Amino acid sequence: MEKTTVLGKNRTGIDMSPIDAKEMMALAKITPSSSTGDEQAIAEMRSQYIREAEVIGSIPPPGTLKGMASTAMEKLTGKNPEVFIDKLGCRLAFERAGVRLYDALITKCAASSNGSIVPIERLREFRNEELEHFKLVERAIRSIGADPTAQTPSADVDGMASIGLVQVLTDPRTSVAHCLEAILIAELADNDAWQLLIMLTEKMGMDDMARDFQNALREEDEHLAHIRQWFKQMVMEDAAVVT
Amino acid sequence: MALNLFEDKGCPLEKQRFTWKELVQPPISKLDDDAFTRVRVILMNGIEMEAIRFSHGCARMNKELQLPLAQLRIVEQHQATMVNGLIGADHSMLETTIGYEQVAIEVTAVVAQNEPDPYLAQVYRFGMLEDFDHLYRYSAMLDRLEGKDANNITQCYTDIVPGRPTVIEHRAPQDNLREHYDRSRAAPITKLNALTIMSAEQQTQNFYLNVAPLYADPVVRQLYVEIASIEEQHVTQYESIIDPHETWLEKWLLHEANEVYNYYGCVQQESNPRIKAIWERCLDYELGHLQVAMNMFKQYERRDPAEVLPGELPEPIKYESQREFVRQVLNQEVDLRALGTQFVDKSQEGEASQQYRAQLNSSGSPTDTVSAGYQWWPGTEIVRGKEMAFKEEYAADTETIR
Repeated sequence: MEKTTVLGKNRTGIDMSPIDAKEMMALAKITPSSSTGDEQAIAEMRSQYIREAEVIGSIPPPGTLKGMASTAMEKLTGKNPEVFIDKLGCRLAFERAGVRLYDALITKCAASSNGSIVPIERLREFRNEELEHFKLVERAIRSIGADPTAQTPSADVDGMASIGLVQVLTDPRTSVAHCLEAILIAELADNDAWQLLIMLTEKMGMDDMARDFQNALREEDEHLAHIRQWFKQMVMEDAAVVT
Repeated sequence: MALNLFEDKGCPLEKQRFTWKELVQPPISKLDDDAFTRVRVILMNGIEMEAIRFSHGCARMNKELQLPLAQLRIVEQHQATMVNGLIGADHSMLETTIGYEQVAIEVTAVVAQNEPDPYLAQVYRFGMLEDFDHLYRYSAMLDRLEGKDANNITQCYTDIVPGRPTVIEHRAPQDNLREHYDRSRAAPITKLNALTIMSAEQQTQNFYLNVAPLYADPVVRQLYVEIASIEEQHVTQYESIIDPHETWLEKWLLHEANEVYNYYGCVQQESNPRIKAIWERCLDYELGHLQVAMNMFKQYERRDPAEVLPGELPEPIKYESQREFVRQVLNQEVDLRALGTQFVDKSQEGEASQQYRAQLNSSGSPTDTVSAGYQWWPGTEIVRGKEMAFKEEYAADTETIR
């Protein structure tokens, strides 16, 4: 069993240096800040920039409008297809990144002599399902005449949000449990995002596509349940308490 | 055992080799290693970066030295890579920044006390109080952006309160130049001190310039931009104390000797055995580089390196908290300002710096903004803070959504 937590020489926190900490606090207490106000000053500066900001980027227009399947065109008439394209692009990017997150998790578990409660074969299956979901969304994007290789704004922002997960999963010092927690964050977000996308797809009148997405969500449900369970089990075993 | 620069020949240059894996070694632990291990890593990266920068400058001006410089420089490049890689990726950029400022405070404070020239000691104290203020500003930002306590990086060695406020550190260029030491009369430690602090400040300036655009938050970007501007002033200040009449080869010798001097101090005081082995290897390599530089010096200047270098190295920089010294300087010198190359009371500050600063700060000062009303506290400000006002009916709304 992996031991994620070890007692050691952690030097953070003031209890490590009680005398110095006391001196620091005494000085901090009697030293006023050099400018008045509070954190609201930061909020005000941010607000000014927000008001002046441009968008992070735009939705690429479908490559050729004539290339768009006529049935799809009809269904999207009168709606805002750009929102749909943006969210499809976001899902595609997330699933593709998900494959890479699972690649890193598989390596971590395989290299960790104590990661045995996580069946690597199962992780490979999940990884391949993420790949299938990526391909599914790719086909869906093509079917409405959009370009699956373009990066949409939501895809870009999700990429920003996921950078920390990549860091955790590829840091050699993190444990299997740390990495399961990172994947859990990804799967929780992924699960919610599929539900939203299915709702949006239905509202766009794309019923066949929505059915395909439902199948993907069922597999994602399974990923989430397993990751959550393995993570919980590892933490409880590490704490020497029974689940 | 003290090192002798003329007798300890180190590892010959032709035997100095690395593999990629050696260049990317496991980093230090942010949580478990002593803060001074991080201080040494950051300082030595700065020293290596200056070695590379100097070597390029020298090569551009001296055709006949290009090959030996290139042979040494690639090793310096790899040493810099190996050393800088010791900072773990669990440090956010702001956390690493806190480490940079701790270097600037603690190392400059020691250097100020080791410096035999009273004017130069004053120069170091002057700069140190400004970096001391930067630590406080970045600590406020770290708390208010990431919700983290800067003291987990500085580990109670360094106080976190305002120094000479950054908003008034901005000066006209003529007030950032200083008198230089005299190469023929200055003590060896004076030359090493100047190179060490200039190197540290230069890498800090570069780091802040590189880091600023990596943050999404314009507040953080402005903060880095304002402090990077002071670091530029500091590089200007510290490079101006070095005698510009030193020859290229003299400067090269001093650079290599300074690397030896600083690695030697690291070897002596390192608490992490794995990192100590890295310092030992680098020390051995730098002694080898010094041999090459001494040979070049003899060949081209027909002079004895002993005219420039001491046989035995001066006492190394001590890696320990300088709290009492820093507090004393803060008490006595926070109101000093620079006027030309001299230091005066704030009442005597020149028009040029005041005008320059007034224009630059005319739309506000980011360092003031991020730390408005900020007092560091373990944990940090919200431990003592008040809750944000909210309306009761919002709680009812949440129930409805559920």
